[in-house]
Parts: sequence; structure tokens; C-alpha cells
Amino acid sequence: MSVFTIREERCKGCGICVTFCPKQVLEVDELSKVHAVRKEDCIGCGQCELLCPDFAIFVDKVDKEAAK
Amino acid sequence: MMERSYEKYFRENRLPHIWCPGCGNGLAMKAIVMAIEEKGLSQDETVIVSGIGCSSRASGYMDFDTLHTAHGRAIPFATGIKLANPKLHVIVITGDGDCTAIGGNHFIHGCRRNVDLTVIMFNNEIYGMTGGQGSPTTPLGRLTTTAPYGTSVRPFDACHIAMAAGATYVARSTAYHVRHLAKLIGEGIDNKGFSFIEAYVQCPTAYGRKNRLGDGGAMMKWMRDNAVQLSAWEKLPEEKRQGKFPIGCFLKREAEDFNMAYNELVNRAGGAR
Amino acid sequence: MSKARLMQGNEACAEGAIAAGVNFFAGYPITPSTEIAESMARLLPKKGGTFLQMEDEIASFGAVLGASLAGAKAMDATSGPGFSLKQELIGYGACAEIPCVLVDVQRVGPSTGQPTAPSQGDIMQVRWGTHGDHPVIALSPWSVRETFDLTVRAVNYSERFRTPVILLMDEMVGHLRERVELPDSVEIYPRRHPHQTRAEGYEPYNPDPDGVPDTADFGQGYHIHVTGLIHDGTGFPSGSPTVTRDDIRRLHEKISSVGEEIIHVEESFLEDAKYAVVAIGGTARTAYEAVREARAEGIPVGLLRLITVWPFADAALHRLAERVDGLLVAELSYGQLVREVERAVHGKTEVRLCGKYDMTSLTPAEILADIKRMAGRDA
Repeated sequence: MSVFTIREERCKGCGICVTFCPKQVLEVDELSKVHAVRKEDCIGCGQCELLCPDFAIFVDKVDKEAAK
Repeated sequence: MMERSYEKYFRENRLPHIWCPGCGNGLAMKAIVMAIEEKGLSQDETVIVSGIGCSSRASGYMDFDTLHTAHGRAIPFATGIKLANPKLHVIVITGDGDCTAIGGNHFIHGCRRNVDLTVIMFNNEIYGMTGGQGSPTTPLGRLTTTAPYGTSVRPFDACHIAMAAGATYVARSTAYHVRHLAKLIGEGIDNKGFSFIEAYVQCPTAYGRKNRLGDGGAMMKWMRDNAVQLSAWEKLPEEKRQGKFPIGCFLKREAEDFNMAYNELVNRAGGAR
Repeated sequence: MSKARLMQGNEACAEGAIAAGVNFFAGYPITPSTEIAESMARLLPKKGGTFLQMEDEIASFGAVLGASLAGAKAMDATSGPGFSLKQELIGYGACAEIPCVLVDVQRVGPSTGQPTAPSQGDIMQVRWGTHGDHPVIALSPWSVRETFDLTVRAVNYSERFRTPVILLMDEMVGHLRERVELPDSVEIYPRRHPHQTRAEGYEPYNPDPDGVPDTADFGQGYHIHVTGLIHDGTGFPSGSPTVTRDDIRRLHEKISSVGEEIIHVEESFLEDAKYAVVAIGGTARTAYEAVREARAEGIPVGLLRLITVWPFADAALHRLAERVDGLLVAELSYGQLVREVERAVHGKTEVRLCGKYDMTSLTPAEILADIKRMAGRDA
């Protein structure tokens, strides 16, 4: 599964991560901050992190067992 | 989470950066630090030099010796730095207006002189900092605040200029292709001589909005769909090239860099360096 | 002392630069300063230094600023039109506090003017040419040997105050050939270096007690940021009114606080003088001869030569104005130095102009005639 780290002070809510997420995991809220609202759908492709121009979203794959 | 290794190249206390939501400059800056990390350049012996404009604010966010020069003049300052202390790696960050308009003369002579610099031009096809005036790379017919009826002057292709003027490494990629961009910047760092890498970036605020190109994500989708790797581009018939543009390494040539040539001159003069 | 040589002022400037430790020169050909670049092109490679002929005047000074930031002692030379082009970067050097020397061998202007003819019409351009507020140090030699000495002094002042220093020459001195003996070595003001580490909280623009910061050179591991935006002690831009005020005030006070120490003048025949001629550079040589001739005719006149043109010799002029009945400002322009003299003397004495702007230098006879008029002895 994936663990998201979102640095809110850096996020400007541009939505690039939302645009390129292949599984619609992310949404930008009314305060222009991104949230991982469907974490369970994340396939860990890393597009959100790679294409974030603000270095605000990080996604780490963790072992399911270790996460428990 | 594990801290990303490239973060150590940023001045944490200077972030978030000033760029607008959706701006591609942050991606070009990320590609630069990814390349610096890949090439293992010392933070103490790398200098980032920038001009004036949105792109050129990047230097302030990067944890090296950094120099935010005057509009158009990054290449002359960088030339002085590299020749005064040849062991420094000197990376220049400039924009399309900075590099090809007010700094155009320095750009072509930098290429000719072949000082060992890696120049990355963030091309957003607009003057962003001043609010959206046409630049030398704005495509024909686009709307800008100084071309309210559409631009009527043909744009420059900065890579063509660099190749014609004598640069020894010339490449282009985009904000969408951030890993590819980082790889090309790395090749530019490896090249001992004047390297020019055009980083095509989106400006949704001052350019995209006026020309109905959508937000940052939409502009990056356009890059994804219309940038063509050079090998494929070369096989494309002319009619299929319409609206598309090539990315990749356009030129790499062997030529003595300025320092090597100058050291020989010093020897001829009977001096020592 | 090394043995005597015949050389022109422009060559002596290059020799002085080398003696003072200049190891980087970037320039662009322009009459009547070109021999400085040519001499540097010949001398610097022998010393392992860097000579660069750049694509234009702006690039030359940009390369000089970059080289200085990377630790070099750097110099550029030009004439009026080139000086005009460099103005933005001169302001950059003042704002970012970058030591370097810029030589201006003046020609007749405005515009391309008369490239080969002598003039002193850049006095105000070197002081006020840039936008915004910053002080300027400008030195003006009257002989070939003094050109050597003042070039050394200019390099040293640039390091001491961390600011561009202007060597304000004129075509007469630049192309004047004289027999000179040059010293084997000169006193050199070393580059200021940080005396704190990053861990100790080093800030590159935090000034020493003398108001001048110990900004690190690039490559020393301090990761400094240098910008032409108004900045605080960290070197990073600040939008604060207080920081802006303090930064601009410090740029002025780091130089004004030393007072007359750097304002060099030379007095000749002034002990008993009732009148005085004020002049700089090559014109001061003519004025000296005119004063001697006037003395021979019994007129009690002396000469005040300004060696430091900027900061202006307000105090020296004020003292002089208190004890003479008239000042004659001899200069090769429509009247620039005279305005500054008038300002400095506050109406304490009459100030007259002996100005010329027709491509020729003043003659002793012309200045003598004006001295006689001033002294009430019409020629």
C-alpha cells in the first residue's frame, strides 16, 4: 500500500497531481490543498510526486504486513 | 517518509517558492538538482547563476553559492566565475526573454566562446514576471498583453541558435518529461564546453489563461501529447509534424573548451596557471 | 625601483593593475582606452591571469563582477559611451558590494562625440549615472606615474570598501608618454574573508564594525546568495522598508564614515594665495603652469588639484573658500566640476568657470587670462 506525505505549506492546489493520477486517488479541497481521498486505489506509480512542481506530495510504497 | 535525496539541494527555509500554482519552473528546477545529484557535483563547488525573470528566481531556492544577476547578463557573470575559478561547476538558469532577447548577444557569444557552462533556459514563451508580454519565443498568433491582436513576429528556436552559434551540446525537453530533462541536463554537465538545454515549461497564469490553454495540468498534457523524441521526429513526414515539436539531444560535438584553449595561450606567453 | 621606462598613461594603468594583484580583465575595444586592454592582453597571460575580450561593454563588466565573486581581482576599462552602457551593472556592483575597478578614459561627448579628443565631461556621469542611491569612489590622475599609483589605490579601495571604484582618466593623461620609474612592489589590500563558519551563523552581508561585509568568495563552502535586489544580512531579498533604508544608508556610510581619509587633494602655491584654480587630471597640469606664470607676474594665486573626485572634497574647498577672494574652475566641459565647487563653497567666495569643449585642451595662456580677470588685472 501507499503512504502519502503532503506538505501543505508547499501545496498551492494547482491540481497537476490530480490530472496525472491514473486512479483518481487525489482531490484538491476548497482551501487549495491536495488530499489523498482514495488511498486504497493507489497503484504507487509516483506520477503525482514526480510531476509536482512544488515538492509538496510524496508517496511511499510500504509493505502491507509492516504497515499493520 | 524517507526524505527525498534531492531535497538537500534546496534551501528548505526559502520554500515554498514564489511561482504561481501550476507553473512548470519548479519541475525544471527539480530536474536540475536531480542531474546534479546524478553527476555527484559538490555543493561547495557548484555555482548557480541566473538572470532576471520568473525562471531566474530559482537560484535563491538552491543550496549552493548562487548568483541572481541583472536582466540578460547571467552568461557574462557565469563566464567570469568559471574563468576566475575553473574548478567550479557553473550552471546558468535563464528564461526565454532573459536569454534570447535582452541577453541574446551574450547567448550567441557564449556558444562561440565555448566556456564550460551548462545553461538551462526555462522557455515559457512569455514574460511572466511582468505579467504576460510577448517574448522572442512566443509562437505566431498567440495573445499577450503586448500583442492583444495576436503576435505577428516569427519566434526564435533557441536550440537552432545555439547549434548555429557553436554550442557543443544542445538539447530540449519539457516539464512533463522531468526525468528525461534531468538526463539531458546531466549530459550537459558532462560536456566540457558550452551546453544549452531548453526546458519547455508551462505558464498557466500569464500565458495559458489568455490563450485558453487550460491549467498547468492541461498544458503538461499538451507537452505529453505533442513532444516527439528526436528519433521519431526525424521519421515524421512534414505534414505530421504540424503542431508537434522534437525533444532530445540535438547536437553533441567535440571542441576545445575556452579554458583549455586559454591554458595553451598562457603557455605560449610563457606564463603558468 | 626598477629602471626608468617610457610609457603612456594607459600602459601605466595596466602596470598598476598588475602590481595591485589584478588577475582578471574583461573589456571591449573603445578609443581612447583601448591601450589598457591591449596592455592587459599582453601582460596577464604571462602572469597566468585571464584576459577576455567580450562581445560588448555590458558583458565585459558582467564578467568582471562574476570573476570578482569567484575570488579574482578584476578590472575593466572603457570610455564614455561604454561607461553609459555599463551603468546598470555598476549599480549592481554597488548594491551587491563587489570589489572591482572600472577605468573611464574620457572623450568628448555626448554620444559617439569626438572619440580621439580630450574631455572631462564624465565627472557627473561617473557619480550619478546609475539609477538609485549609492556612493561612488572616483580617482583622477594627472601624470603617467600617478596613473600607476591611483590604479593601485583604486584596486585597494575596491577591496577595502567592497565596491566598484572608478579610475577617471582623460585622453591627455591616457595618451601622454612620460619617463617613469615604477616600484617593484606595492602595498596590497587583501580580499576580506569570513571570520565565522556557517555553523556559527555567518551572514555574508552582515557588516563588520566599519560597515563593510566580509562576503565569502564563491567556492569557499558558504553557499551564499548574491542578488541586485535589496537584501538583508543573509544576502536574500527583503521587502522590508527598514531593511531597505538600512541597506542603502550603510552603502553610503561605509564610505562617508572614513571622512577625508580617502579624499586626496594636492595644494600648490596656496599658502599666501588670494585666488585659487581648481582642476583635475590633465587639465591640472595646464593649470599648474598657468599658476606659475601668474605668480611670475605677481598674482597671488595657487592650485587645488582634486585627486579624489568622488567623494567630493567639500571640506578642502570650504576651507579654501574661507580664505581666498575667488576660485577659477578649469575643466574640459561646458561646466560640471564648477557646479560641484559652487555647491561645496556655499557662496563663501566667487566661483568662475574656465571651460572648454572644442576637442582641444586648455592652454596655460587661456587659464592665465582667466586668472588675470579674476584678480582684476584684465589681460
